[in-house]
This record gives sequence, structure tokens and C-alpha cells, in this order.
Amino acid sequence: MTEGIIFKIKKYALHDGPGIRTTVFFKGCPLLCRWCHNPEGLDPRPQAMSHFTSSGEIHGTVGTVIGADALVREIEKDVLFYDESGGGVTFSGGEPLAQPQFLEAVLAACNHLEIHAALDTSGFAPAAVLDPILPRVQLVLFDLKIMDAKQHRRYTGVSNRIILDNLKRIADSRTPIRIRVPLIPGITDGDDNIKKILRFAGTLKTVQGVDLLPFHRIGGEKYRRLGMTDNTAESAPPMPEHVAAIKHRFESAGLTVSIGG
Amino acid sequence: MNERINRLRTQSLAAVPSLSDERARLLTDFYKSGLARSSPVPVQRAMAFAAIMENKKIYIGPDELIVGERGPMPKATPTYPEVCIHSQADLDMISGREKVAFAVDDSVRQIYREEIIPFWQGHSIREKLFAHLPEAWKAAYAAGIFTEFQEQRSPGHTACGDKIYHKGLLDLKAEIRDAVDRLDFFNDRDAMDQKNQLAAMAIAADGLIAFASRHADALLLMAESASDADRKAELLQMAAICRRVPAHAPQTFWEALQTYWFVHVGVITELNPWDAFNPGRLDQHLYPFYEKDLAEGRLTKERAKELLCAFWIKFNNHPAPPKTGVTAKESNTYVDFALINVGGLKASGSNAVNDLSYLILDVIEEMRLLQPSSMVQVSKKNPDRFIRRALKIVKTGFGQPSIFNTDAIVQELVRQGKTVEDAREGGASGCVEAGAFGREAYFLTGYFNMPKLLELTLNNGVDPRTGNQLGPATGQPSDFNRFEELFDAWTRQLRHFIDIKIRGNNIIEQINARHMPVPFLSLLIDDCIDAGLDYNAGGARYNTSYIQGVGLGSVTDALTALKVHVFDRKTITMVGLIEMLNENFDGYDTFRRQLLDDTPKYGNDDDTADDIMQMVFEAYYDAVNGRPNTRGGVHRVNLLPTTCHVYFGSVIGALPDGRRAGVPLSEGISPVQGADRNGPTSVTRSAAKIDHIRTGGTLLNQKFLPQVLADETGITKLAQLVRTYFRMDGHHIQFNVVDGETLRRAKLYPDDYRDLIVRVAGYSDYFVDLTEDLQNEIIRRTEHESF
Repeated sequence: MTEGIIFKIKKYALHDGPGIRTTVFFKGCPLLCRWCHNPEGLDPRPQAMSHFTSSGEIHGTVGTVIGADALVREIEKDVLFYDESGGGVTFSGGEPLAQPQFLEAVLAACNHLEIHAALDTSGFAPAAVLDPILPRVQLVLFDLKIMDAKQHRRYTGVSNRIILDNLKRIADSRTPIRIRVPLIPGITDGDDNIKKILRFAGTLKTVQGVDLLPFHRIGGEKYRRLGMTDNTAESAPPMPEHVAAIKHRFESAGLTVSIGG
Repeated sequence: MNERINRLRTQSLAAVPSLSDERARLLTDFYKSGLARSSPVPVQRAMAFAAIMENKKIYIGPDELIVGERGPMPKATPTYPEVCIHSQADLDMISGREKVAFAVDDSVRQIYREEIIPFWQGHSIREKLFAHLPEAWKAAYAAGIFTEFQEQRSPGHTACGDKIYHKGLLDLKAEIRDAVDRLDFFNDRDAMDQKNQLAAMAIAADGLIAFASRHADALLLMAESASDADRKAELLQMAAICRRVPAHAPQTFWEALQTYWFVHVGVITELNPWDAFNPGRLDQHLYPFYEKDLAEGRLTKERAKELLCAFWIKFNNHPAPPKTGVTAKESNTYVDFALINVGGLKASGSNAVNDLSYLILDVIEEMRLLQPSSMVQVSKKNPDRFIRRALKIVKTGFGQPSIFNTDAIVQELVRQGKTVEDAREGGASGCVEAGAFGREAYFLTGYFNMPKLLELTLNNGVDPRTGNQLGPATGQPSDFNRFEELFDAWTRQLRHFIDIKIRGNNIIEQINARHMPVPFLSLLIDDCIDAGLDYNAGGARYNTSYIQGVGLGSVTDALTALKVHVFDRKTITMVGLIEMLNENFDGYDTFRRQLLDDTPKYGNDDDTADDIMQMVFEAYYDAVNGRPNTRGGVHRVNLLPTTCHVYFGSVIGALPDGRRAGVPLSEGISPVQGADRNGPTSVTRSAAKIDHIRTGGTLLNQKFLPQVLADETGITKLAQLVRTYFRMDGHHIQFNVVDGETLRRAKLYPDDYRDLIVRVAGYSDYFVDLTEDLQNEIIRRTEHESF
């Protein structure tokens, strides 16, 4: 039986694709983004993480090993909500493509059940991993962060070449895409980066829209609860006027834009 | 709203609820007069009603468009000593209590002391009930196993149908004459009783006509001295309306509203029925008048809205009559549960939403009043625009309107034996109770404490609060080898106390049928006139009695914890767990955390818990459903608490789900507070595992923050959530869109607020899962948004 590791199943997810969705957060990610707000999704193993109760902060673990069958049963529970709303399931993380066999098994079952499936990915995976997955997803939420190769490596730990190649590959496969741009002040929200994202997006045929994700400090406390160093503390949320200006630029290019997905 | 409505609304909000002795005095004077000494009981009651309506003070406020007050002025609330006498101590308590108080003048105390109490002592319904009810009933009542709705208030629980809009009271009097002519004194031994009952109805009709005429007289006088020409014309028009209705059927929108209002005041002055009275399907009843008046140029949309607002304010002027003791605990509110229904289906089965439905929703949003309560009926045949409009009001955060599933209500009523047309013309009244409006007497008889029975089961029938053997000895829990044995013992406790409750219900019904008929209400509800039978005695077309189950979530979680930990995982022995309960978990914090955090809970779409919930529901249903009442109908179940889950919680010690002693129980069919951690789709899926169609109503509460509903997409997805719940036959759902105060408490007591969803930054999350800084930020933001 195929197994994988996840850190959360979120029902009534409203911002990870169309309709009412269930979002499954895969645990483990090859990137290490400076602004990551899901640090519990980085390590592909169960790990210690405290949580709050009325008796104070207590120890616990984060990360559950789950069989593909069990996960599909959980996803299938909300099928009437998907039917009613045009929703479905979204695989997020972490990086779902980092667990390709597990992802494919779960996707195959979702396809059989005719459940709309979205993949929320950094795009960092070998083409050989991506190719068998693409026909099984109806939407890709593609996190496009930094266009400059050097800067990308500096802030995420990996090169963006394979990421950009994959984005093109997804578009060529005619899979619908929403591009998600995290707006991290001083890192991703500069003029030059936005311009390059716009230009690149313009070359892709299946982009349905853009989600701008302004930085927030949600993850900060999680780093502490995981016993990790919090790298997000240096950043501050972008000014609303700046976010609005960026939204306007994307809209001027003929794209539909949402803030927050 | 315009200036006039603003003034009326401000006055209503500012009026202080007070106790009025007017009704008690007029009633007492009437009975003392001896006028009705030799008359049969229904005629006495009708004459008393007429005497009140002919003599009570007429109040007409300076700006009013709809007239008629139950008391001498807004929020002056009468008492009903023939049902329940307030002692001097009661009056002190009612005026001095912190919540739901009424001002009591010294003159009221004096009249009570000198006239009311001496005259009625020993003769009230309350005293009759307690004289007739068996000791076992009284012991269970005192222990908090169940409550009794008819202990301080009369049965009611009905809504007005469309009859009063087609027939004036004079038309109904003609029907009464025909019914008298049909009486069969050759063969029918009840003919004499029927004749008396019909005579009483005719007297009651005259009483209300007199009340309306007195308003017409007063309005004419006011018009004579009015200096403002517009108001003068208005007063003259109002006088003409009050001269016409309710004696004759209304012809215009304004007359229709005034007709209902006079009828409403009549019902709540005749007696103090539960849930006051209720216009029911207001948009349906008024629409023909609205359409015709608009077409004939008699009315504008603006004027219609103004009249509706004036109508709304009248409800707010009428708090529920003061309650004391257990009755106050089970329903601790000024709200008198007049629940206006909007939307749904026509009798033919087609979509009933019309322009007026939307106008009424505008009024609900703008009035933002505690009373009347309001709800939307949503059928699969209603357009999305309708539910979205309702949710946009919900979003403003005052809990109205609540949302009901018409298609489920129709099925529920048809299953109970109603015709499909009667079912479609029905709806929900009170909190969530399904009924055939204008045709059904559906009495709520009391709340029933399901978790308390588990406490008795775990103590072999002994109530640990008193040490008394309250229930049957169903076995030492340590002797149970399987969960089924425990559940069987609980079921035996359940059946034992349901039997006691039903026996009591049938006694109480007969006391009300014989001693406290309601000839005025009987005029309004089909088929009381045809049958020559009182509403309280089975004269309605349908006669149902309900026992309202409370604590479904709490008892489910407690039983689940026992099954999982004692029988399945064997993490603890029964004796060990009972010891912890006796100690209220003091010193057992670690295991209590396991009970709270590592035990399946109802509301998470987890079959381990939800299967047990279904067992509880089926046991409750089997114990109650179909048991005969004395009015030709049967008992049914519904699941709602008002505020009784707080009272019932206060009489129970610690429970095996980790709940500490005295803490409120879960409410309605909602999960235990904070136990649902999987979001609203899981809650609704768990709740839909009940077969709602076999109930007469269920109540599901959900909390959301305004931010979740901030944009159109949020509204759309909430509408889809509701539609999906209704696809699964869910009966009702309501949303608490919460405020900063709740959030501050959520921060302090995260366990109690696990289910609170907040919109953060580009996504939604559980409030308790957020960092302190972010929580503070959202608290600030919420408060900001609420201004």
C-alpha cells in the first residue's frame, strides 16, 4: 500500500482553488524560503511541535503517515460540498511533488471518483515526476517567486531554472494555471521582479489568473514551537497601497487577480 | 429608515420593560363581578377576554402607523394570574435580577398584595398542575431531568395562517352560527360542549372588534386636535382602518398589517402562550395586497417599507411575560419567539420568493431589533440570490435571519400525516419547530436532559447531587462488560423518565383543555370552529406534542469516551473513570487532556462518535415518537435548547468527555463547544447523520467571523455550505458572526472556542491556532470593523 506523510487536512478550504475544497498539506519540501509560513511542512519526517491548550503549551508531534486509501476516504467525505460548489481537493504542502508515488496514487483515486484536483506546487521537481501527474490534475496553483536566478537561490535555496521550465511545461500540457506570487517586501515585490513575472506569464497560454499573497507573520510562532530559528522576523507585511499597485499592474496586463487566493 | 421610523425605533429600544397590573386587575374585577358565575368555562374565559379588551387603556404613540399595545404603553407587560401567580418575592426577584428584569412599581406590589394574590391563590393553573402531578414527576422535575413549558405559560406554539386576510371576524361569526346550526343534539353527547365553545368564540370575536373600534374612536379624537395636516389625514385613515378591521377582511396592505397586529395582541392578551403568536408566512400573506395596492397606485414601495418597519417595532414593544424559576432558566430572554418566515414554497409547490420577500429582508437588516425573530425558508426551488441576500444580513452579525430547509420541513410535516399543501403553507415557529401554520396545535412540553441520564446510569439510578434513588437501578457500571450493556442501561433510564414526562404531559393537557380554553385563539386556527372544539382541547386540524431533547453532543461525547477508553482501548477502568468524575477531574489533568484531545468527538465527521450519536437519537426517537397525547395526536421529538443547556449543565457533575461539573451542555444538535476541530463541512456532515425528516426540528449553530464573509466569494461559499447541508436534509442552521468580546474570551479559553473560524490574511484559519500577536491583531480589526 502506498503511504505518504502529511501535516494537515483542511476542510472548507476557501482560498486554494474554486469552490469549497479540502486541502491536504504534504510534509517535506526541497525549498527553504526565507518567508515560509508553513515551517512544519519542511522536514519530511514527523517532528516535535508544541501546541496551546487551556492548560498551557504542551508537547506534541506534527506529521502523520497515512495510506493513500485512508486519505482518499477522508477527501471523499466532502464530495457533496464539492458537487454543490464546483470545488474539490487541493494538494499543497510542503511540496506534494516530493512524494510522487503517493501523490499519483491519491490522484488516480480522485480521478476515478471524478473529484476536481488541484496541485499547489513550487514547481521544483524533475520533469519525469511532473509528467505523469499533470494529466491527473485539473488545475495547478503555481508559486512563482523570484525571476532572477541568483536571488532565487539566495532566498529559497534552489535554482529557479527547473521551476520556470516546469511552468512552461505545465502550460504546454494545456493544464489550467493560477500563478501565485508571494509578496515579500524587498524580496519579491520589486519592480523588476514583477515586470519579469508579467512578461513570463504573458508567454503562457493557460494562465487563468494571479493570486497575490501578501507576506504575513503567521509562521513566526510556529518556528518557535518547532524549536527552529525564525527567519521571517526580519520581514514586515507589504503596505496595502503597494499591494494594490501590483494588483493593478497585473490587471492592466489582462489578468484576473485576487489578493489572498 | 426615515425619521419617523427612527423615532419609533429609538423609543422602542429605550423603553424599559415593566410589569403592568392592568390585565390582572381587569381580569380579577371581571371574575369578582359575578357576571359569568353561571356560565360554562369557555364562555367565562371569553367574557373575561372581552372585558379586558373593552376596558384596557388604549395607547397610540405620536408617530405610530400600526396601533395596539398589550399593556398600557410599550414594554408594559401584563401578568396572567389565572396561569401563574407571582408572589411578593417573585416581584422582588423579577425587578431586582441582573438579567431579563422588569421594573415593578410599588402600586403594582400593593395591588398584587391586596387584590390579585388573595383572589387567585389556590386557583391558578400552576397550582392545579402541581396538585395533580405524581411525586415521581415532581422529583424528576426538581432534579433537572426535564422542564415543563406549561408551568407558567399556556400552550400556544402556533403561527397564523392566511385565514384572517380573507375573512373578517364577522365572517367567522357567521361560520360559528352555521356550526351551531349543524350541532346534532339527537346523537352527539358533545353537542352541548360544542355549543358553549362556539358561543365563547363569538364573544371573543366581539371582544377584539370592540378593541379595534376603541382605537378608531381614539384616533378620531386625536385627528380632531392634530395641528399637522398630514398627520391629521393619516389619523383619519387609521381610524377608518380600525373601523373596518378585523371585523371585516382587509382590503389593503396597511389594513392587512393592522389586522394581523390586532389579532396578535388578542392572542397574547387572552393568555400568555409560548412563542407569543406569529405572522408565519408574512411575505406570502401580504403579497396580494402589496401587488394590488402598487398596481392601483395606493401604495409605494417606500410606504410599504415604512409600514413594515412600524409593524416590526410593535413586536419589539412586547417582551415575553416575566418568567421565574426553572421556566426563566430554560428560556432566559425577553424574546418571545415570534418567528417571521420569508421565502419557501407556495401551496402548489412552486417558488414562493417574491419582491416582498426581499423588501422584508431589507426591513430585517435595517430594523436590527431583538424582536421579531426572523428566518428565511430556503427550498431547492428558491434562487441563490435569495439565500445570498439573507446571508448578507447574517454577516452583519446579529444572528438573524436563521436559515431553514423548506424541503425538509415539508417532508417532516407530510411524514407526520399532514397534507402536502398544508405542509407547504407551514414553516418553522419559535426557535426551529416545524408546523402547519394556521392548522396545527403543536405544544412544546419541555426540555429533556439526556446527559443527566448518563450520570444516573453511572450511579445505578442515584442522583449524586442528592444521594436519592431517582431512577431505576440499572446495574453497577463496573459490572458492564460491553459498551452495549452500558448503553442499554442508559436507554432504560431514558424510557423510564420519558414515561414519567408523557404521563405528566397528558395530565397537564387535560387541565388546560378543561380549565383554560382559548376561544379567541380557537377562532384563528382551523378546524376549531368546524369541530366546535377549543384549540387547547384538540380542535386544531393537527395536534402534536413535543419533548425537546437537549445535550445530544454532550451525551454522545460522554458515551464515546466511555466506549473508547473503558471498553475498546481499556486505557482506564470504569471505576477509575467514575472516581475522576467524582473528583471533577481534580488531580487528573493528564487523563482529562486525553479525554479532550485524543478521543473521537461528535461534529468531526468521525463515525466512531457519530455512530453513537445515531444510537442516542434512535433511542430518544423510539422512546417518544408516536406516543399518544390526549388531543387526538401523538408525541414527536425535536432537538433544541433555547437556554436550557445552561440550566441542565448546572445540575450535572463532571462527564466522561472531560467536561467539568456545572458547565453548560452542548446546544441543539451542535457539537460540544470547542469539540469540532474539523471545520463546518464536517460539522454539517455529522449533524446530517441524524434523520432530520423524523424530527419536528433541529437546531445547528455555527460561529464565523465577519472576515470570512467579507467578500462575495465568502458569501457564495457559505451559501453553498448551507445548500449542501440542506441536500443532506438538514433542518436548520444559524450563524454567529462573532465580535471582539467573544474573541477575547476565545483567547483566554481556547478549548471552548476550537471551532471559531477567522479570516486572517489571504486565508481562513481557526482562531485558537493563531499566535497571540495575530489574535490581538484580529481582535482589534474586528472591533474596528464593527464600528
